[in-house]
Amino acid sequence: MNSQASLFQYILKIADNQLILGHRLSEQCSKGPFLEEDIACSNIALDLIGAANSLYIYAAAIEGENKTEDDLVFLRSERAFRNVLLVEQPNTDFAYIMCRQFLFDTYDYFFQLALQKSKDETLAAIAAKTIKESTYHLRHSGNWIIRLGDGTAESNTRLKAAFTNLWCYVEELFEQDAAELDLVAQGIAVDTQLIKSQFNSHIAEIMQTAGMEIPTGIFMQSGGKKGVHTEYLGFLLAEMQSVHRSFPGVKW
Amino acid sequence: MVKILHAKEVSFIWDILNEIPDPEIPVISLVELGVVRGVEWVDTQLQITITPTYSGCPAMRMMEMDIEQSLRKEGITDFKIAMQYHPAWTTDWMSEATKSKLKTYGIAPPQAHTKQRIGVLISDAPTEVACPQCNSVNTKLISEFGSTACKSLMKCNDCLEAFDYFKCI
Repeated sequence: MNSQASLFQYILKIADNQLILGHRLSEQCSKGPFLEEDIACSNIALDLIGAANSLYIYAAAIEGENKTEDDLVFLRSERAFRNVLLVEQPNTDFAYIMCRQFLFDTYDYFFQLALQKSKDETLAAIAAKTIKESTYHLRHSGNWIIRLGDGTAESNTRLKAAFTNLWCYVEELFEQDAAELDLVAQGIAVDTQLIKSQFNSHIAEIMQTAGMEIPTGIFMQSGGKKGVHTEYLGFLLAEMQSVHRSFPGVKW
Repeated sequence: MVKILHAKEVSFIWDILNEIPDPEIPVISLVELGVVRGVEWVDTQLQITITPTYSGCPAMRMMEMDIEQSLRKEGITDFKIAMQYHPAWTTDWMSEATKSKLKTYGIAPPQAHTKQRIGVLISDAPTEVACPQCNSVNTKLISEFGSTACKSLMKCNDCLEAFDYFKCI
């Protein structure tokens, strides 16, 4: 892969995570447990999709094939999406949704902090913008982990189940392929191995406050970054892309 | 001569832009909000540079359209609106005069960055925000997310009014 092609793939990895998680969270709109929380989830979904939009505009320019951000979002098929498996997991109960957000928010916070120092000026500028939002996203989900873990027996049980079910997707967040390592060497990409200890210590601190234990002995899953997804992504894309594919080029 | 003419035109454009209200907070203009970052000539074309407040703020499209319409109304048709990400928008760009307009309108203005810790822990949420109705700082945060991306929902413990707080970012 030449360097423009690897940069393109790298931007897609970042943007696809935000888009897919943003879309998942937007499915919660009007289904929140109470009004303020419904607004919170919709707000966060908007931030994530907005940040992804900035990245897709940049990715389309790097790819240089006269495509737009909409082409990248609505006309790629499942195997071309580079998001991690964690973000495509479906909404079940509120503890599960917040656990998914918390794991991603923690990763994303330290990732965006580091990406601000990228030698790629556009990525660094978008990260400097995104970090302001990632900060309150993490404050929000971290707060919920503590409330649910330290709440009732029911909320504690549900949160424990959520962590047990979602922990298998943690390792993939830090996976790097050869092309990405090459970008790390050039000072463009974030060396995810270097943010792993910050991730672990924040997770440990919040989970301890919440009275939760980090699951052990979990077999780690991966594949999303290579385009091999769980069955849930296909359904998400089918819904997200249906209007654009039914009415090509439609504008409103 | 040409340069002087351009300089005059640029200040005329700033005047037009300063009349365009924020679509969601109509008491302040897009210039006061800090969204307009520059007006300049790029070769023979006028370029207006704007920056997004929040990545997903739905009002950004509206702001672009409002700028376009206002300029066209003044007969200016050859211009380009460019989006700039660096430096990232901050509420620190708002002047004291702008903040007092927000307060009069019933929105608690953003605190200065130096006054607020910005972090990921719950204790980093805003504190000592004064109620825009009665000025009491005995207020509490109801939700960090409010009626728009840029506002939190708070409540005054003294006059019991709920109010919007313009988040500090």
